[in-house]
Amino acid sequence: MSLYVEVIKNGNGKGEPEHFTINMGPHHPSTHGVLRLVLELDGETIVKCDPRIGYLHRGVEKLAEHLNYNQTIVLSDRLDYIASAANNIAFCLAFEKLLGITPPRRARLIRTIVNEMARISSHLLWLATHALDIGAMTVFLYCFRDREWLLSIFEKVCGARLTHSYVRVGGVRLDFTQEIIDELRRFTEEFPQRILDYETLIDVNRIWLKRTRDVAVVDAETAINLGLTGPVLRGSGVPYDVRKFRPYDAYDEVEFEVPVGERGDTYDRYKVRMKELRQSNWIIKQCLDKLKEVEGEPVLAEEAPDLLLPSRVREPEPKPHPKKGFVFTGKELPVVPPGEAFASIESPKGELAVYVVSDGGPNPWRLRIRTPSFVHISAIPELAKGHMIADLVAIIGTLDVVLGDCDR
Amino acid sequence: MGLLEIAMDLLAELREKFPKVVLEVLEKDALTIVCRREGSLELISYLKEKGFKHLIDLCGVDYQGYKSEKKPERFEVVYHLYNLDEKKLIRVKVLIPENDAWQYSVTGLWKTANWFERECYDMLGIVFKGHPDLRRLLMPEDWEGYPLRKDYPLFLTEENEWKGYKEFLASVRGAK
Repeated sequence: MSLYVEVIKNGNGKGEPEHFTINMGPHHPSTHGVLRLVLELDGETIVKCDPRIGYLHRGVEKLAEHLNYNQTIVLSDRLDYIASAANNIAFCLAFEKLLGITPPRRARLIRTIVNEMARISSHLLWLATHALDIGAMTVFLYCFRDREWLLSIFEKVCGARLTHSYVRVGGVRLDFTQEIIDELRRFTEEFPQRILDYETLIDVNRIWLKRTRDVAVVDAETAINLGLTGPVLRGSGVPYDVRKFRPYDAYDEVEFEVPVGERGDTYDRYKVRMKELRQSNWIIKQCLDKLKEVEGEPVLAEEAPDLLLPSRVREPEPKPHPKKGFVFTGKELPVVPPGEAFASIESPKGELAVYVVSDGGPNPWRLRIRTPSFVHISAIPELAKGHMIADLVAIIGTLDVVLGDCDR
Repeated sequence: MGLLEIAMDLLAELREKFPKVVLEVLEKDALTIVCRREGSLELISYLKEKGFKHLIDLCGVDYQGYKSEKKPERFEVVYHLYNLDEKKLIRVKVLIPENDAWQYSVTGLWKTANWFERECYDMLGIVFKGHPDLRRLLMPEDWEGYPLRKDYPLFLTEENEWKGYKEFLASVRGAK
């Protein structure tokens, strides 16, 4: 392993073991981005681990205070860029709560589909990189093949592969065409077989089992205390899923199960995610069936503020603001009523929560984003203690962190 | 049924136990408890005992220049707690004065609060008393000022630029 080794000897010269301080990252392929870990080692065993983040800090929360509500959706794409549709939904749900808008049913169904597509593509990327980190090259190639399929569907839906900005306040930007629906149907038919293929490759693979069984075990109580959410928490046996506990969009009208693990180790978390892939596939199938019921209905709420619909003709602004580039149609009424709203969704990585405070102006007063990766990275020191360096790679992989999501 | 009615018992209990701490109870998108700093830690640990075991979020808000409502203090630290058994969400707001910006740390209750509080300190300059390791998290260690405060500009002028960046520029120019 090509670690940049910074040798500082902490040995006290009395025959006690010498501790080495080693710097892992920020330019290390297994840290999934620019995560830097300052490790204190006793031989190869980790004694202390101190994650240093902020290399990808773009100040999204500060920037959002200087942009209007709709423009912040573009920022949300850049948080968790693997599953940007999920971020869009979290932002929009919070703004909709502020505005008191409910999107039409067709839009809610489409959002649910898009969210699950994002989950599948995120889990596929996770499986690919996690397997690659641990040493299974083949899985990587298969997963990327299938992820590519999903991304091409995304491209047909909204024109972008990664940064969608597809979901809007009050609905979605464009309706699904018949071509997309047919393509998605083909995908949902074929995908379960693909999941089986991956599982045959690694489920009972001896190397995979050795590398994942009993690595980074967390019990339920500790997991909640550490703030872990999503598949990581469910791997420890807690059936907490925001889609079930506080349903949003169309999740209250679809059926699905929440898979949980037993032991709370890396292997269980892998199993949970594999089961989730099947559930997501099932949810998409149900939603596609339900889409027929609302054929031809609008995908953007009527009462959505005018600035959210770029195609509509805008009235000329009587008093243009010299500094703000974007002007609101006419009235001086507040676009968004003052107040605060909190919305959280089950993003592929865990619970993504948005807390927005409004003062009635065009920009959010405060936009707080609680991202799963941030919390998961903060749990690394706890999980890595007593493990070998090589296991640390497995731990980072199993937590499924994206540094754009963490640093914001 | 409103949120207040659902949580009637809990609110009555809180009012009785912490008469001086709870200032206001609001029914917004979630049940909101506004409370004083003194005694807030006891209130939160009581809530944790009551089943609000999942600390979803901890963040600070700067209300300097907030127009639509008169705020008694400049800062607020906002906790979002979730009860996994009863599926209830509660928001606790603690008022923090400007000149004396500190709050009790909840790291003793939740390990996850460690980084949340570090970030809050980094961004808003609110000191958390009792925090084991209060360092800057996202910004460089020698950064001056607190970026998410309302009086902090979006773009810095060249003179106020970060020292590390100026040194870097000087070193690059020196090398040429």
